[in-house]
Amino acid sequence: MTTVGSNSQNLPKPLWLLAELTYACPLQCPYCSNPMDFDQYTRQKELSTEEWIRVLREARQMGAIQLGFSGGEPLVRQDLTTLIAEAHQLGYYTNLITSGVGMDVSRVAEFRSAGLDHIQVSFQASSEELNNFIAGTQAFEHKLAMAREVKKQGYPMVLCFVLHRENIEQIQDILELAIALEADYVELATAQYYGWAWENRNQLMPTREQLAAAEEIAHEYQAKTQGKMKIYYVVPDYYENRPKACMNGWGAVFLTIAPDGTALPCHEARQLPNLEFPNVRDASVDWIWNESPAFNAFRGDDWMKEPCRSCPEKGKDFGGCRCQAYLLTGDARNADPVCSLSPHHEQVEAVVSAARAVNLGQAEAKPLLFRNPQNAKRWRNSNT
Amino acid sequence: MNLNEQDCVKLSPLFRFQWEPAQNCHVLLYPEGMIKLNDSAGEILKRCSPDKSIAELIQELEQQFPAAEGLRDDVYDFLEVAHDNGWIQFAKPA
Repeated sequence: MTTVGSNSQNLPKPLWLLAELTYACPLQCPYCSNPMDFDQYTRQKELSTEEWIRVLREARQMGAIQLGFSGGEPLVRQDLTTLIAEAHQLGYYTNLITSGVGMDVSRVAEFRSAGLDHIQVSFQASSEELNNFIAGTQAFEHKLAMAREVKKQGYPMVLCFVLHRENIEQIQDILELAIALEADYVELATAQYYGWAWENRNQLMPTREQLAAAEEIAHEYQAKTQGKMKIYYVVPDYYENRPKACMNGWGAVFLTIAPDGTALPCHEARQLPNLEFPNVRDASVDWIWNESPAFNAFRGDDWMKEPCRSCPEKGKDFGGCRCQAYLLTGDARNADPVCSLSPHHEQVEAVVSAARAVNLGQAEAKPLLFRNPQNAKRWRNSNT
Repeated sequence: MNLNEQDCVKLSPLFRFQWEPAQNCHVLLYPEGMIKLNDSAGEILKRCSPDKSIAELIQELEQQFPAAEGLRDDVYDFLEVAHDNGWIQFAKPA
């Protein structure tokens, strides 16, 4: 691929490899980032240990350095220790992104000896009742025990809380819990409205007032815990006037490999139409990243339409999120409608006011659609 | 910051330090992130160890790079930045 005169340092590298080992998960979070039809990707269709090892080797050769073992629940995979050991030996910084369900003291130790660098444990709330309601399972006490074990065994620990209308007002309790568990980092990430979260947006989206209150508390704790615990507060873009630099640009940094081997520039991209995403079973990671039409579809700015094309900020936000543009405007090449310059910006405002109406009791609230195989089938039957 | 040159420099357990061929530089790795280090930062950090005082570290660098001017100041500046960012800790020599 390198030719005389070319500078391979300038080509984008897949620095961040997200290995979605399985979509199987004992939790049922209604904002899950797995596809609506996750139940179609059965365990039998998952990449084998050998296939994953080949992917890890190829991506590492191309410069991948951060590796996330994710899912679903990655602990479901019985070969996780083997994969961690291989990744460690290849020089990756390895992150385990887990709900903690399926973990025990000996597995935490086994992963440590295999070379695992960091564990991120997700919580659904700071109270047992709400946590277990959102997770759809009795997991809270076990999560607490596992978070303590992660720290005890010397890992850096990230705690991740997805924020939404039901738990955002507990933000102070959430941060106090994180302090008590001695987290090194806390991610407070507002639900991103794709897939399951999109289906549940009217029940999940916080109001502007809730966000403002939460942000104030988050900033207060950021100052208070400085040097001890780092707090990342990810604001929801629906209330912004400029789009997020989604994935730092299409095919720029992130490479997701789905359980069945499909390669994606982000884990939500599968929903985009007219793109054929390559599979690591059919092609090398090098070809997928550098040559495949799907990974080149939104690189650079040739694909852009107005107002992005002539926008002075296009190098900063890359026109925002392709999935959001598609979801709200029907065309992935449009500007992310979060942008106030987008001719479709009113679509975002309409989504916000619909959610607000439900929140204020002015419109009927549907029950949350929990992420489980029954609901996936039901959803498919009513949407096809 | 007043450095005690008898102290040694330890990498924080929250960070991993390594040479990264694809970046052609030393890097610090932490949960879901990477800091690329310039040449001098890399040369300093790779010589840090729990049984080496800052004075010995500076001496070693001066031997390695005899032509470098203001080396002591550069080391002080870097160690201060690295400490403020939580990359390193100071400790009594082991």
